[in-house]
Amino acid sequence: MQNPLKLIKNGVITENPTFGLVLGMCPTLAVTTSAENGIGMGLAATAVLMGSNVAVSAIRKFIPDEIRIPAFIVVIAGFVTVVQLLISGYAPALNKSLGIFIPLIVVNCIILARAEAFAFKNGVLDSLFDGVGMGLGFTLSLTVIGAIRELLGNGTVFGTTILPPTFYQPALLVILAPGGFITLGILMGLFRNYQMKKNAAAAGGAPEAAVDGWKELDACGGCALKNLCGGGNAAVVCAKAQPAREEKEAGK
Amino acid sequence: MFLKLAALFISALIVHNILLSRFLGCCPFLGVSNKLETAKGMGIAVIFVTTFAAIMTWLAYTFILVPMGLEYLYTLAFILIIAALVQFVEIVLKKVMPGLYRSLGIFLPLITTNCAVLGVAVINMNEKYGLIESIVNAVGASAGFLLAITLMAGIRERIEMSAEMPRALRGLPIALITAGLMSVAFMGFNGLIK
Repeated sequence: MQNPLKLIKNGVITENPTFGLVLGMCPTLAVTTSAENGIGMGLAATAVLMGSNVAVSAIRKFIPDEIRIPAFIVVIAGFVTVVQLLISGYAPALNKSLGIFIPLIVVNCIILARAEAFAFKNGVLDSLFDGVGMGLGFTLSLTVIGAIRELLGNGTVFGTTILPPTFYQPALLVILAPGGFITLGILMGLFRNYQMKKNAAAAGGAPEAAVDGWKELDACGGCALKNLCGGGNAAVVCAKAQPAREEKEAGK
Repeated sequence: MFLKLAALFISALIVHNILLSRFLGCCPFLGVSNKLETAKGMGIAVIFVTTFAAIMTWLAYTFILVPMGLEYLYTLAFILIIAALVQFVEIVLKKVMPGLYRSLGIFLPLITTNCAVLGVAVINMNEKYGLIESIVNAVGASAGFLLAITLMAGIRERIEMSAEMPRALRGLPIALITAGLMSVAFMGFNGLIK
């Protein structure tokens, strides 16, 4: 078994799902209008992630390879329904503000990606801690983005006034849809900048010019289905599918 | 009646654009908007699947889940219907229209986990739309997806020509900021529909 602390650190910092792997963009953009919504969404996703990682890992030896994605989706949908009923029962206000994004946790790519990339290949305990780490990383990023947007757009954080209206005129746009895209874009740029500096320092102060930026810029990042579609590149997929098909036909 | 449906269509297409104001389907929006050709393929595949999925989920919800009192299982039921539908479309396309399959087929596995498809089905259910309204809403919303992703791909193709951009902003960060500006533009349509 791997060191649980290491697994958690991996999820929270090294492979942070939002900034590192670029997964689960829809809820990240949509529910971060306040820090409270961010934390609520993050914890709901964490609960589903832990449950689905453990369940997928426990039954991984019985799932045939070909139908693993549908199997993952059924497991995830089951946990989402449980979490959805719990939230609507115990936190109706949160249920109202997250709205449609609770059922949409089913198609949150972080959960599917971890099932495919980690839980399907590792033991139950490892998968549990991976779920905890990834979930906390997601919660942390959502809370930070939510806090920044709430502060700039409303002058408050977690509902407490930080910037009084006499001193700062809130920019409503930051809470509206465009603000979500722009805030996340700037934060991601800063994160990338930090990473590049760190990498350059690790490589003995090599000039940053080695990094082109465009090529590293793979939005499919850690997407679970990247291998299936090759980032929408038909040539990649067809090249991969061709030998398999020939093999099959030769077998006949 | 017709006017109401037309208003619903316009509202789904631009006023409440599924990508730029509802934030559904962002992963493919950011992932496959590098090239105009791919973006178009993805958009058309989404229209196809979303419309069929809206019909199937409406039928299943109205004639199976509601009579049996199982509304709370809708998440599970909808995602299974969508997954099965995508598989089915893939098999049929492969057999009947191999040309179309080659251009759209690669996007089909991705579409299962595209939140736009499930999102439209859930919105139709929450708003209690009838079958016709559901179809109009689905076509409008997914056409809005095609519109936004094609515009985005066109802009990104041009952005990538510029060498002046700070390295850290290249690619995804600038794509997000561009999407934000597009979203500001789309906010201008607010108030078009009451």
